[in-house]
Amino acid sequence: MSAAPILAVEGLRVGFATEGGLLQAVDGVSFQVNPGEVLAIVGESGSGKSVTAQTIMGLTRSKNARIEGSVRFEGEELVEASDATLRRLRGDRIAMVFQDPMTSFNPVQRIGRQIVEAMEAHRGDLAKGEARTRTIELFEAVGIPEAERRVDDYPHEFSGGMRQRAMIAMALALEPEVLIADEPTTALDVTIQAQILRLLEDLNRERGLATILITHDLGVVAEVADRVLVMYAGKVVEEGTLEEIFYDPQHPYTWGLLGSLTRLDCPRPVRLPQISGVPPSLLELPQGCAFRPRCPHEFDKCTQVPGLEPRLTEAPEHCDRCWLTPEQKRAKRRVAGQIGLEAPAP
Amino acid sequence: MARFIVRRMAGMVIVLFAVSVLVFLVFNVIPNSNPAERLAGKNATPVLVKSIEEEWGFDKSLPEQYVTMMKKVFNGELTSYSPRIPVDERIAEGVPATLSLSIGAGIIWLFFGLLLGYIAAVRAGGKLDKFLTGLSIAGISIPVFLIAPVLIYFLTYKLEIFPSGGYVPFSEEPWEWFTHLILPWVTVAILSIGFYSRVLRSSMLDVMNEEYVRTARAKGLSERQVMTRHVLRNSLVPIVTLFGLDFGATVAGTAIITESFFNIEGVGLYAAESISKLELPPIMGVTLYGAFFVVFVNALVDIAYAYLDPRVRLGAAAR
Repeated sequence: MSAAPILAVEGLRVGFATEGGLLQAVDGVSFQVNPGEVLAIVGESGSGKSVTAQTIMGLTRSKNARIEGSVRFEGEELVEASDATLRRLRGDRIAMVFQDPMTSFNPVQRIGRQIVEAMEAHRGDLAKGEARTRTIELFEAVGIPEAERRVDDYPHEFSGGMRQRAMIAMALALEPEVLIADEPTTALDVTIQAQILRLLEDLNRERGLATILITHDLGVVAEVADRVLVMYAGKVVEEGTLEEIFYDPQHPYTWGLLGSLTRLDCPRPVRLPQISGVPPSLLELPQGCAFRPRCPHEFDKCTQVPGLEPRLTEAPEHCDRCWLTPEQKRAKRRVAGQIGLEAPAP
Repeated sequence: MARFIVRRMAGMVIVLFAVSVLVFLVFNVIPNSNPAERLAGKNATPVLVKSIEEEWGFDKSLPEQYVTMMKKVFNGELTSYSPRIPVDERIAEGVPATLSLSIGAGIIWLFFGLLLGYIAAVRAGGKLDKFLTGLSIAGISIPVFLIAPVLIYFLTYKLEIFPSGGYVPFSEEPWEWFTHLILPWVTVAILSIGFYSRVLRSSMLDVMNEEYVRTARAKGLSERQVMTRHVLRNSLVPIVTLFGLDFGATVAGTAIITESFFNIEGVGLYAAESISKLELPPIMGVTLYGAFFVVFVNALVDIAYAYLDPRVRLGAAAR
């Protein structure tokens, strides 16, 4: 990855003023994405991954939102940018695919019309017929059969998988440089999931798109990601390449996620493993490491927040937030011969 | 479509039958409603009352009287008791005035209701929104019998801007028609403007949380495009429902009070007079006309739904 990052996020903090106080949804997140790269952001619900993605596009802006830090797209600062600047980039240079294709299209407008609308918003000079022709081409590119007929259908006439394909077609309409896919396969059948992932992967390779893939599904990550960011309670707890995260995970939370994967190549455990407990409320974060209450390996040092630092001399880009030494980690993460998080002492 | 019309027609027949029976029964349980006694005048002898009852058929059983009356309705022979004037003629005479009043008011309240509701929704939480909320609630709270006299007192008697009442047919004097109707229009519209703006505002705020609105923003549409193309249209369904009911109710009912205040000789005024004189045939005629209108407007509303929401359209075709 020698190319300059197309998108660089630096110390991004997003808080929302609520009745219960300031809810810090994203707390100091930094990462970069290069053209042609797939960056996966993984975490449970409420870890701040979707808010991070939406903040990049300025979709979280509101009276109650407190956004700090920096988001640079091709060197241009977006956090401070005017609404008009963001609007110019949205859909044109940075596009987004949303989680639920069933609710992400306007039910009363024809699908083709909704895609043409995206093109018109940025290319005012585009002729009507041209935008339509382009939409049909896009439909064919994302594998929607009978594209010519289906552009005039309404969203409810499409199946979920087809809608997600149409959603991707819409995101690609103006050939963006960055594609943000927020749980693009979560609402789909497993067979359709694989198709959509393959489609995203092909597009990524063919068009040199920088892709940010947001998901809680490590199976999805394993298939398409180049680099992985693991988020917990608004913070990045581990960052590394796909291999580093899957074969040498450093943070107990990552172990837990990996351990919860159902594996077909090992004997099936009596109970599917899980991480005990629930993510903390963002309004009442525990002191120190946010994962501490759920971590069976916590010790006195954990009451201080560990920094996100490289802790392995052989992998300077692999960072994590855990006080344990690499040796301790390698010993503790083995549960029944696999990587996992052992159940807490009763 | 043919199926839709047939179903609607059947529904209409049932509604009209139920309404007519109800009016007929209510009329017959009102104390002192025996028309023979009033037709006979003061100090009438029982013999005279009896002969009038026989002549008009008031001595027959209620079902028989009902059937006779409905026959007259269908033959267009329904007449008031005294003076004997054909009911259908009076209704036909009043319809232009009542429709002028109702349609004009409907256009005004729809336009201002949507405009103010839209502004309030776009500025939700701001000062303008709070001001409009106060205004709407004031509009909803002021009863017609207060608005009408206040408007007449200040704008007609004090400032002499508007004529005090009456109705001038559009075909005779379009400008006079207009000036005579402004105050009645405003009187009818104020309540609904307040109400509709509240409904549209909350409906729009609901739709703004929909994911497709976020999609629209993510496409890079301007805030105005997002609001008009994606939020507004999806917020109109409750408005259309309300308008169907309210417009029907205005033609059939609200006009009674307003027409009385402004002395507009429409169907409403005719109904008010008939009620005060306990004249069953005109009451029956006017009620059936009103019920017909309500059902008819609601059929139009269903067609409007299909236009607003393609899912309704296909649902009907699939059946």
